[in-house]
Amino acid sequence: MSPEPRHQALLSVRGLGVFRPGPGGEVAALRDIDLDLQPQECLGIVGESGCGKTQLLHALMGLQSGNVRLAGSVRFRGEELLGASAQRLALVRGRRLALVFQDALSALNPYLRIATQMTEGARAQLGLSRRAAWQRAATLLESLQIDAPARRLRQYPHELSGGMRQRVLIAMALMCEPDVLLLDEPTTALDVTVQAQVLAVLRELRARSGVAMIFVTHDLGVLAAIADRVAVMYAGRIVEQAAAAHLYATPRHPYTAGLLHSMPRLDTPLDTRLSTIPGQPPRSGATSTGCAFAPRCPLAHERCTQLPVLRCADNQFPANGTVACHYDGPAQGLREIWP
Amino acid sequence: MSAPVAVAERRPRRELWRRLCARRSTRAALLTLGLIVLAAVLVPWLSPYDYSSPSWTHIFTAPTWAGGQVFGTDALGRDLLVRVMWGCRISLLVGLVASVVSVVIGVLWGATAGYLGGRTDALLMRSVDVLYSVPFIPLVIVLNVLFGRHLVLVFIGIGAVSWLDIARIVRGQTLAICSREYVDAARALGVRTPAMICRHVVPNIMGIVIVYATLTVPAVILFEALLSFLGLGVQAPLASLGSLVADGASEMQSNPYLLIIPSILLALIVLCLNHLGDALRDALDPHEP
Amino acid sequence: MARFLLRRLLSALPTLLVIATLAFALLHLTPGGPFDSDRTLVAQIQRAIEARYHLDEPVWRQYLRYLNDLAHGDLGPSFTYRDTSVNQIIAQGLPIDLAIGGCAIGFALLVGGAIGLGAASRPGSLRDRLPMTLAMIGISVPSFVIAPLLILIFAMRLHWLPSGDWVGGSWRHLLLPSLALALPYTAFIARIVRASALDVMGNAHIRTARAKGLGDTAVLLRHALRPTLMPLVSYLGPALASVLTGSIVIEQVFGLPGVGRFFIGGALNRDYTLVMGLTLLYGALIIVGNFVVDLCYAWLDPRVRLNR
Repeated sequence: MSPEPRHQALLSVRGLGVFRPGPGGEVAALRDIDLDLQPQECLGIVGESGCGKTQLLHALMGLQSGNVRLAGSVRFRGEELLGASAQRLALVRGRRLALVFQDALSALNPYLRIATQMTEGARAQLGLSRRAAWQRAATLLESLQIDAPARRLRQYPHELSGGMRQRVLIAMALMCEPDVLLLDEPTTALDVTVQAQVLAVLRELRARSGVAMIFVTHDLGVLAAIADRVAVMYAGRIVEQAAAAHLYATPRHPYTAGLLHSMPRLDTPLDTRLSTIPGQPPRSGATSTGCAFAPRCPLAHERCTQLPVLRCADNQFPANGTVACHYDGPAQGLREIWP
Repeated sequence: MSAPVAVAERRPRRELWRRLCARRSTRAALLTLGLIVLAAVLVPWLSPYDYSSPSWTHIFTAPTWAGGQVFGTDALGRDLLVRVMWGCRISLLVGLVASVVSVVIGVLWGATAGYLGGRTDALLMRSVDVLYSVPFIPLVIVLNVLFGRHLVLVFIGIGAVSWLDIARIVRGQTLAICSREYVDAARALGVRTPAMICRHVVPNIMGIVIVYATLTVPAVILFEALLSFLGLGVQAPLASLGSLVADGASEMQSNPYLLIIPSILLALIVLCLNHLGDALRDALDPHEP
Repeated sequence: MARFLLRRLLSALPTLLVIATLAFALLHLTPGGPFDSDRTLVAQIQRAIEARYHLDEPVWRQYLRYLNDLAHGDLGPSFTYRDTSVNQIIAQGLPIDLAIGGCAIGFALLVGGAIGLGAASRPGSLRDRLPMTLAMIGISVPSFVIAPLLILIFAMRLHWLPSGDWVGGSWRHLLLPSLALALPYTAFIARIVRASALDVMGNAHIRTARAKGLGDTAVLLRHALRPTLMPLVSYLGPALASVLTGSIVIEQVFGLPGVGRFFIGGALNRDYTLVMGLTLLYGALIIVGNFVVDLCYAWLDPRVRLNR
């Protein structure tokens, strides 16, 4: 069913599902997620809030809350992480996979100095001395364009600005030189100028160290600036996955087309209204047997009561990506479905 | 996520009741409390014994089914069942009246401070701060000694000291509500202050006030019991649960039931009320399913 | 820091003044005086006694005189315990209260904290529900009910520990009173710690700590413990105050010669200076308790700054 990895992927996810207890039985927050992350690649994941993006990242790190059940498989360099022992997971966290959290203020411990929080992981994982860890933290902060890093390290989170806190979180994730950096909406809470700064910092980081990234956001515009490949999520599933350039040029899923269509563009006349996708995403926990996007989809059809499987978007060029939609007409047709 | 809130807003009272009764322990607490109230009302009325007249032939009868003296009798041969039920009456009455007093004072004080703000707020809340440092149990003890042991005095004394918490909470809530945009919007539309307080402030603080009132009742009952235990509450021969515990404590070597029965009833009433307060808070909290 | 200390000290003074005035007014504006009940006294002797304690002066002069003495640290002579000053009574009784209260708070913190953390580590399990049910009962049973029950069980039936007959400096005599005083607070602290720990463990920064690959112990000790303690600290202020007043009852039950017993005796006998002195003592201790709580807050939480 799922395509086998062509060569050894750094991180390989198969059939990942996240289930949490609800009032009437288990509710799936995520279902049938297949992903591959190649070394040095940046994979973007995009979707509306509540579609399970954050759950996905937490599940990859084994950070889901206690009452949640996971299914499927998450392999890092062939080693299974799902259901691995706490000791094993602790070795992977921070050192192999590092996560940059969404809300920088609440993700930092308000009671501890920046230095303590940045160095404790590296000291525990790599056995660095206090001085060496401190030195590394200062260097990292400096490389993320934070001025006077020595002073920042002595401060508490509430004494930093929002952009600075976000960069501290990124630096913190880089302390153990991880192989994969997971970024959960790292730019969402920031001003546009700071957003651009952080993106520049991340791009520069990729160029320098070649760290692989999974970049989660709800903003396709941000992904255009950094991602090699983009996966679109809707209601806990991946509905389309393709190389970034390809996905932006010829979306294969009506939802992706809608997202692209609702982005403000420089070449549209100023007096046209920004278009939106009408309707609401299904509430998490709503169960439907068919395509979850069908209620909002202009192309909805009888066949959409059947769940569409992820298939090659273009049979002639299988590498161009996959899509989960019954529509198999010309891709150009999707351009016109949104008003 | 938003569904339970929406339902709660549509039919607030019924929804609250449903959530409250969802747990078995809450239903048990309600039932127990109801039975105690019923017994406190009915038993002294129906029983052939009364709480004050001594019966020298029945001194220290252990609990027995004979003659319906299921709780036994005390050092003066008085029926413990009737005395305990009188004690429950007093405790519940004190709890209720004093809580109402403290809620009224607390809400008015806190809402005024929070709504008017500025200097009035500073003055009112500073006085609450000062009153927090006043050792109140000793002060009420002194009050009781000075003015003789009127039950009314116990009511007022306790009610007047337990409003501080409520005042603080209500002020905080009022401040939070007044900073919301819909209040600004209403003000911009020319809604006047009294209407504003009635329509926007009071309904929004009612939930938390009810919770705290429910938790004030047991605290007040314990306070009254403490005073009566020290011999400063109700006048003999009338009994309250506190004075019954004190009487029982002096006889516990030979007749432990005199201590144990009133202790259990006191603990039971307070336990049920505490549990109800907790359950109410949970039911009003939109985070809990 | 020094400025903060000074400010707090200065703001405590008006509070104490309010307490003193309130107590003074209550005592003096109600009918009756300390020596009224002694009918055996000849009128002349009564007048002489009243003159000796300045009770014949107008109330406002008595008030000013009292404040003046107070400013010099003198709480005046006791009316009922002849030839004993209130200062002496406090010096005698307070150590006992502090010993019982200190033991009770210490016990409540250690045991209640441990129970609360244990319950929070497995929410919904038996380890959570059983102790929390007990804690619910615990906060509903006042110490004046627990105290006689403890005496009944441990002193009268099992004969393990003494119930009364105070002997100075004996820890065996302090055990039951401290325990009776401690149990309700233990239950309360267990509930607070459990709720707070559950709240904190759901915080985002705990997840960050786990994402760094820290072990459970490190996460708990370094990241979860401090925020868990914060609500406990703010509870401790009022708790310290109510432990003090709670010891009034405990002393009564166990026959301990602490200040609480003198207080009840003083109140019943209209011993003006004794009641006022002890009320001020309680007030001062409450103020000190709140002050310590504020210091703890500032020490634990870097966001709280003392120099406001």
